[in-house]
Amino acid sequence: MVNRIVVGAHYGLKDWVIQRATAIIMALYTVLFLAVIGAVAPATFEAWHGIFANGFMKFATFLFFVSLFYHAWIGVRDIWMDYAKPDGLRLVLMIATAAVLVGYTGWAVQILWRM
Amino acid sequence: MAELAIKKKRPKNLDIMSIRLPLPGILSIIHRISGAVIFLLLPVLLWLLQSSLASPETFAVFKSVIGNPLVKVILFGLIWLYMHHFCAGIRYLLLDLHKGIDLESARLSSKIVFAVSIALTLIIGAKVLW
Repeated sequence: MVNRIVVGAHYGLKDWVIQRATAIIMALYTVLFLAVIGAVAPATFEAWHGIFANGFMKFATFLFFVSLFYHAWIGVRDIWMDYAKPDGLRLVLMIATAAVLVGYTGWAVQILWRM
Repeated sequence: MAELAIKKKRPKNLDIMSIRLPLPGILSIIHRISGAVIFLLLPVLLWLLQSSLASPETFAVFKSVIGNPLVKVILFGLIWLYMHHFCAGIRYLLLDLHKGIDLESARLSSKIVFAVSIALTLIIGAKVLW
């Protein structure tokens, strides 16, 4: 019998797949971002601001951030599962990690849509 | 239960000072450390992005912050951590697809990850920071 615990990894394929899917999204965005920076070579506020004022770049950047935060959740949770052994401590660290990442998502929206 | 009994007999060495990690092992631990460092610096990086985009005034603040030589060195290090995580991650995706899983290819691909990530860091760091 598999011993399922509340602070475990939920033993599913879902997180494994999401970790890789988000990695691919971030890798593609990284290439896109470097290509745009290389092409525009933004030196002024107007040029830099203009990159993210573009609707597609805004969407792609937001998708990158959501992928980053979900990817970080899985990776950091794995770190807590490896090194934080007392269940109570591990649960607190996991909740804190999830909480800041949800907060960062809101912050990313604010950065991109109130610029 | 049989599995548990076998597990118990396996030799275990967790003395960190006597462990000699092979290159793929070094790659692996840097992959973890780089992910953790980037996670911990997320608020700083988001603040930097916000400053750079909010207004011409905050952009000037952003410029002066990243103009600081110490900040430049830290950002250079961060670019390397990102590029290492990026390249090592692509290697892991290939390993997931059972590409290069024999010992010799695994060692070679680790060397490639270090070479490519350092080269990318130098190119991007030079372009963006100087």
